[in-house]
Amino acid sequence: MLTKRIIPCLDVKNGRVVKGVNFEGLRDVNDPVALAEYYSSCGADELVFYDITASAEGRGIFTDILRETARRVFIPLTVGGGIRTTDGFDRVLKCGADKVSVNSGAIEDPSVISKAAKLYGSQCVVLSADIKRKDGEFRVFAKGGRVDTGINAIEWIKKGVADGAGEIVVNSMDTDGVKQGFDTELLCEVCAAVDVPVIASGGAGCAKDFVDLWKNVPDVDAGLAASVFHFGEVRISELKELLRDSGVHVRI
Amino acid sequence: MIAIVDYGVGNLFSLGSSLEHIGCSSRVTADPSDILAADGVIRPGVGAFGDAADKLRSTGLDVTVKEAAASGLPLLGICLGMQLLFEKSYEFGEHDGLGLIPGKVVPMRGVIPDGYKIPHIGWNSLIYPDGGRCPLFENTPEGTYVYFVHSFYAVCPPENLAASTDYGAVLTAAAYNGNIFGTQFHPEKSGEAGMEILRSFKKICGVRK
Repeated sequence: MLTKRIIPCLDVKNGRVVKGVNFEGLRDVNDPVALAEYYSSCGADELVFYDITASAEGRGIFTDILRETARRVFIPLTVGGGIRTTDGFDRVLKCGADKVSVNSGAIEDPSVISKAAKLYGSQCVVLSADIKRKDGEFRVFAKGGRVDTGINAIEWIKKGVADGAGEIVVNSMDTDGVKQGFDTELLCEVCAAVDVPVIASGGAGCAKDFVDLWKNVPDVDAGLAASVFHFGEVRISELKELLRDSGVHVRI
Repeated sequence: MIAIVDYGVGNLFSLGSSLEHIGCSSRVTADPSDILAADGVIRPGVGAFGDAADKLRSTGLDVTVKEAAASGLPLLGICLGMQLLFEKSYEFGEHDGLGLIPGKVVPMRGVIPDGYKIPHIGWNSLIYPDGGRCPLFENTPEGTYVYFVHSFYAVCPPENLAASTDYGAVLTAAAYNGNIFGTQFHPEKSGEAGMEILRSFKKICGVRK
């Protein structure tokens, strides 16, 4: 039986892991390669690396880190952050990434999804969306959540899947950083709209939030979080035992 | 030395790294003489069957792989690299495979029940229909979780089925035919469990280093 996945996310800037609270006030946490190895040994099912470096120099450091991680960690690795073209896909796939997530890049040029899916397969293309309630609907935000695109999130995700995205990361800006649990309402709508795997992101504050996630949205495939794992508030091995004891099928 | 066949498809970096991790020397190569001189051959692959089969043929590596297989070299196909070992695939049309393991590759859609998502992505557990006789799983207990990413799967005769997995329907997870092995899942992405399977392949190949 297929298991539900636990995915720690590492935001990487200039070779260090950072995590924003509501995308601002970044704090330096740890060495990404060491942290990736640690998470893998604790039972993480996958890892996500977001490259939040702006400079070309920083990009070079990031691919070095990616290569070093792929040399030492043997679980699936998704890379995102500033990827806008199939060349961007190529750059990180060659360094050991298995999947690439697109966010603002797909908003600027939606054709990147179909082009990448054709070149590398849908399993490689992850559509990540920052979503917030606005004017009575779920709205997609761009540029790390700073710009309201005016696009309806559910329609955007359906289109992304039709174009070839093989997985969706749903990041609720309303619950992100608040640590009061995942955005059940939004996740239910997304799961009902598409038939590809959906990854829940934004809002995990404690282990029970993951139990509630699968109690309330059984169709979600994975739970993604950053700070609760980085700061040791939730230990992945203990979280998985709690999930198993709560009847959620996980890999232990 | 294990030759990793480079025909322009797949995450070769992770496969090379995982072999290095288990202390097995490897070379990513498209050179037939390298492949035929190796102790064993691994063919990775992700993407579409038709494209990959065309690439394999246009580079002439289909002939090399068949020659290596006929000479008795242990051969491991991973994911799409495994699917290419079968006789035919029905992924977007009908395509010929290498025919090194009897069977065909068919879509999961229509076979698995409604409500199961396609692709089948994630960690699923191994079932041994043959009681675990395949030497690839010598040190891997039944129920071990491995990482899958696929939308099509292979159907083969029971004597070639090494492992299956339950995704609403029973799907082929690994198949074998003498010195030919194939895994639908990715051992190079299956953590320590995957490393153990690669160690078994290394042993089958008789690679000392």
